[in-house]
Amino acid sequence: MTEIPEHLRKRAEEARKKAEAAAGGGDAAPAESAPAAAAGESAGNSEAASKIPAHLLERSKAAKAAKAGTDVATAPAAAAVAAAPAAAAAPVATGPGGHTQRLLTVVKSGSIQDVKSVPQDKVHVWPHLLVAEFVAAGVITAFTLIFSIFVNAPLLELANFNETPNPSKAPWYFLGLQELLTMFHPMVAGVTIPGMGMILLILAPYLDKNPSQKPEDRKFAISLMTIHLMFWAVLVMIGSFFRGPGFNFVFPWDAGLFFEL
Amino acid sequence: MTATKEPLGQKVQKQVSDLVDKTQGSQAWNSIFRPGSIFRKGYTDSPRNRSYVIMNSVLYHLHPVKVKRHAVKVSYTLCLGGLSFFLFILLTVTGIFLMFFYRPTASAAWQDIYTLQTSVTFGLLVRNMHRWAAHLMVLSVFLHMCRVFYHGAYKAPREFNWVIGVMLLQFTLLLSFTGYLLPWDQLALWAVTVGTNMMGYTPVFGEQVRFVLLGGVEIGTDTLLRWYVLHVLMLPFVTVIFMAIHFWRVRKDGGISGPL
Repeated sequence: MTEIPEHLRKRAEEARKKAEAAAGGGDAAPAESAPAAAAGESAGNSEAASKIPAHLLERSKAAKAAKAGTDVATAPAAAAVAAAPAAAAAPVATGPGGHTQRLLTVVKSGSIQDVKSVPQDKVHVWPHLLVAEFVAAGVITAFTLIFSIFVNAPLLELANFNETPNPSKAPWYFLGLQELLTMFHPMVAGVTIPGMGMILLILAPYLDKNPSQKPEDRKFAISLMTIHLMFWAVLVMIGSFFRGPGFNFVFPWDAGLFFEL
Repeated sequence: MTATKEPLGQKVQKQVSDLVDKTQGSQAWNSIFRPGSIFRKGYTDSPRNRSYVIMNSVLYHLHPVKVKRHAVKVSYTLCLGGLSFFLFILLTVTGIFLMFFYRPTASAAWQDIYTLQTSVTFGLLVRNMHRWAAHLMVLSVFLHMCRVFYHGAYKAPREFNWVIGVMLLQFTLLLSFTGYLLPWDQLALWAVTVGTNMMGYTPVFGEQVRFVLLGGVEIGTDTLLRWYVLHVLMLPFVTVIFMAIHFWRVRKDGGISGPL
């Protein structure tokens, strides 16, 4: 047995007594008039308060009246006529049409539960993704190992402050910057241009407001990035292969390579 | 001849399978390999076990149990991000090996590398691997960035992960650049001289940054120690933190982007 709170139990008891008195006890007239009045009142209330459009309400009333077999002249009259016999037969606390339930609200799917309209095509990471990763890792390890067996990392003679090699080159990924140094003031070449490039790169997602990921919708972004990448690639190539003694321009097929990794 | 050989073969086979059963059934084995491990007795290829393989492994649970089908296409990612991470691991392993034979002082550094190459077993090979893997990593991180840009994968909700990725590219360059000095040969010294001279032109604080990084106004034995600590400890430490955020955000932002 569940425990019912005292005040609720009392209220229920009172309601039951009242219902018994109304249904069985007294004479027919008050018994019929009271629920009818209540029904009429509640119908009026619901008409005012509910958000059901007026024409739909009228239509439903007319339909109910027709069902009850009454000859209808006007809709409000029909409602009153229909309510009276229905209320007489129905138990206490029924709605206008003798309904014992009411539709409170319609909850659309997706407002509470995340209903996916299109189920996503998914696969298990094991084995589908992990196998690809193992193979990739194995291939890169094998490549590095075999390359390392045949090609040695450079180790020139001991560092000597008194002997500057000609040309002196930065690591290959900075050779684009070193190439810029031949054209601009060091502050522009070494700080301003690469600094602006980096800041633009970081800000790219905030500057690019185009939501599409399709290449055909992003022609400007793709062109700009490609030009940017080509700019650096060309500079690095020139710095790596086309700069000889004194960092002067040479052709590698004439003067040879001045490049160490 | 064959009559005596076959029963012997069967006997050996039976003994081996008994041993395997006994090992796989032992308490020690079952305490090491969690349910779903492919090394556990009675592993079957079921959806449940496929999920367990990921969920019950400290390494693999970087991944979700399931991913979008297009995400496993090699032609989409070209494996570049994963390869960058793998090269980082390879560099850590080979780098630890090199640390056993290297002292970061101007008087010892070059000699240590020379001795490593000539007298240490696999010394030359491991140094080569470290060098080439480093160049490969710079390349793969850079190509990964290009791939992500061309797929428009930096767009909402992945904006911040792009920012972290650009930071990781810079850490990669710094890791490579700090390592460049350590052999202390003519190539290292003068490449770093060129690089740090450029740094000094930064307005306002350029000279100070250069002074702190070099441990003086010129490259010397203090520079070597500083760059060594940066190379083997500080930069990897920061990089690992950023990588953790990077990988975590990939999942929180709904897996990899696409399909296009």
